[in-house]
Amino acid sequence: MNASNFVEGVDFSLYLILAISVFFLVGITAVMIYFLFRYSKKNNPVATNITHNNTLEIIWTVIPAILVVIMFWYGWTGYRPMLKAPDGAMEIDAIGQMWKWSFEYPNGKVSDTLVVPVDEPVKLNLFSKDVLHSLYIPAFRIKQDVVPGSEKMMWFTAQKLGSYDILCAEYCGQLHSYMLSTIKVVDRPAYETWLETSPDPGDEHPGLTLMKRNACLSCHTRDGAKLVGPSLKGLLGKKETVLVDGNEKEVTIDRAYLINSIKNPNAEIVKGFLPNLMPKLPLTDEELNHIADYIETIK
Amino acid sequence: MAEVTVAHPNFFQVKKGLFSWIFTLDHKRIGLLYLYSVGSFFLVGLTLGLLMRFELLNPGRDLVEPQTYNQMFTLHGVIMIFLFIIPSIPAVFGNFFLPLLIGTDDVAFPRLNLFSWWLYVLGALFALSTLVFGDGPADTGWTFYAPYSVNTTTNVTTSVLAAFILGFSSILTGLNFIVTIHRLRTPKMGFNQMPLFAWSLYATSWIQLLATPVIGITLLMIVAERVFGVGLFDPSIGGDPILYQHMFWIYSHPAVYIMALPAMGIVSEIIPTFAQRTIFGYKAIAYSSMAIAFIGYFVWGHHMFTSGMSGPAAIIFSILTFMVAIPTAIKVFNWVATLYKGSISIEVPLLFALAFIFNFLIGGLTGLVLGALAADVHVHDTYFVVGHFHYVMFGGTGFAFMGAMHYWFPKIWGRMYNKLWANIAFAFIFIGFNVLYFPMFILGIMGMPRRYYDYLPEFHPLNMISTYGSWILATGIIIMIVNLIVSRKNGPKADANPWNGITLEWQTTSPPPLHNFDKMPEIPEGGPYNYPNAMNE
Repeated sequence: MNASNFVEGVDFSLYLILAISVFFLVGITAVMIYFLFRYSKKNNPVATNITHNNTLEIIWTVIPAILVVIMFWYGWTGYRPMLKAPDGAMEIDAIGQMWKWSFEYPNGKVSDTLVVPVDEPVKLNLFSKDVLHSLYIPAFRIKQDVVPGSEKMMWFTAQKLGSYDILCAEYCGQLHSYMLSTIKVVDRPAYETWLETSPDPGDEHPGLTLMKRNACLSCHTRDGAKLVGPSLKGLLGKKETVLVDGNEKEVTIDRAYLINSIKNPNAEIVKGFLPNLMPKLPLTDEELNHIADYIETIK
Repeated sequence: MAEVTVAHPNFFQVKKGLFSWIFTLDHKRIGLLYLYSVGSFFLVGLTLGLLMRFELLNPGRDLVEPQTYNQMFTLHGVIMIFLFIIPSIPAVFGNFFLPLLIGTDDVAFPRLNLFSWWLYVLGALFALSTLVFGDGPADTGWTFYAPYSVNTTTNVTTSVLAAFILGFSSILTGLNFIVTIHRLRTPKMGFNQMPLFAWSLYATSWIQLLATPVIGITLLMIVAERVFGVGLFDPSIGGDPILYQHMFWIYSHPAVYIMALPAMGIVSEIIPTFAQRTIFGYKAIAYSSMAIAFIGYFVWGHHMFTSGMSGPAAIIFSILTFMVAIPTAIKVFNWVATLYKGSISIEVPLLFALAFIFNFLIGGLTGLVLGALAADVHVHDTYFVVGHFHYVMFGGTGFAFMGAMHYWFPKIWGRMYNKLWANIAFAFIFIGFNVLYFPMFILGIMGMPRRYYDYLPEFHPLNMISTYGSWILATGIIIMIVNLIVSRKNGPKADANPWNGITLEWQTTSPPPLHNFDKMPEIPEGGPYNYPNAMNE
């Protein structure tokens, strides 16, 4: 059984074309090499001028023409079903942002990994918060660009239990190659149990939950390592040089600076980092306070 | 034939000094100016490519940070495409040999020709300036896809202006060649007596003239968006990112034929010379160039099959893409048929031409995979595309460029290179090339996306093989360049016609005099490749 309902159509068109290609590559190369020796200067001291042969020209126009029509046809029949999801497919929102995928279920559950039931059509509504991304599941042979400002969709029926990679296939900036996730295909009961279990909020700081959901940690580490943005480790009380409208300014980072920087990321950029990378997030004051609380705990 | 007494100094001897070169109006000197400039940028692009391959040797960090890697692949693409491949064969060998092949003394507009080279230099300076100012070279990929290219703080505006200026250089060269071919052919040479390289330049020049303005406008739109905040492509200010992709590929797909057609012309020159017989299917080869140039305008959408394109649009773009395969196949069959009943000398230029056919077949056939809708959904934006593109552009155009270099070397400098070293270099280049790029097809089918700084462990072995290939390839290229540079002054003196070629450039002395021909060249009876010593059917 294939991993998804599209594997058969895609692989058939792929391997059909590759098989025809190998045939022509080997055939033409062999003829070329044979001619090199058979008609070498030594074996054939006097060449013959043969200007053209209309029959041959017609044959090697018509045969490729027929072959490409066949190739087109299987390409199209494998692609056509991808264009429209079946009615009643289960819908999940998939959101791409630099450099994280997140998945929102109809009941409000938000997850970093995509969990789907086996043998049921699933439709992903695709949104981007910033730039182009492309949701790619190689094992399922599907890929769809995620375009900011418009809603795209892709669908599939997973046919085999297991975990598969989700990648970003459209270049989206610095950490493009780390924009990874996983799709877990489980049976219906396991899916329902998973869907109804909210992630245990007990020991996780609500600020951390918010930061994970908003992909803050893709750029800001908690261990002091420098990525796209400054690390959060021991941030409170640190002295930094920041740029305000091109002028340098010394600041001591306090809670007000933190909240201000989340609300308005480009206002005061720490020297050595680039502006325009951090999105403005629609966070409530309560959420901002949770995040600031959490950052204060990272020593 | 050309038993000319040396009455005139050759074009190197006419004048000396830097200014006699950078302000020259001689098409041969301008061709060489281009050779040295595009050759230098090729080496820069090659070095960047080697560094990228080194970074990909192992998962994780090998050499540089992700941001540096992203800037490297962007710069590699911009340099190789805009500063090397697009000008390579037309501006170097087109400039030098088009007037010789059609038996005239220069291109139609020599001053415009010099101006094109200066525009090239200006564009190159813009591209290089991105290295030293601000936040460094663009990190968008050579495609400059919006809205990322609108928002990043790296030097996108300067890079885009560089491409804009280089576009004008390309347009003017195209215009010059079209007029030259129409107006300056030697008397009695009709279009159907023209060598096939001239035909391929003719087809190319029309694309340069008609398609390049589209990219010019598109790039200016990016500048307008970045500098003045005009909402064109960025949805957050009311633009449409898909519009950018259409406009970009309306030029950039035909541009692929700007890069490929002249290479096909080179192969059509080399094969009859070393088979010592007429080309098979002259008209089929000549007209299929025009067909490729024409259909090539209407296939750009195949770069966007996963962008959420409608079914009917996908069908049309897929069918048209497959149609380009037909004239391309016709060329390949005719080239191979030209070897039939030839009297073949296996010299280095022929090896490059035959390697071109082999590589280009792989590049073209994998292009069919990308043109098929279902298969494309899987391999689009993966290493399969990277492999395909390099097989066509490097395995095709790059090999044809090196073939032309070895074919016309004795005509340009009047000396022959060391053939043993040339053969050794060829072997390294051919093997290294295939070891470098073939694993990319498998990586793509396995699902490794392109423009990846880091990758999953299952992609490691093939990436290692690919990186080893890059070292073999680089070794071959270094041997080749050293051999050519040394032989330019110190190689054994070459005859005016060392390959017993029949096209007109072989009728003049080597190096040619300033005005190309001391006496009117004679057109061969019965077609441009009709070897008088060969039997007629």
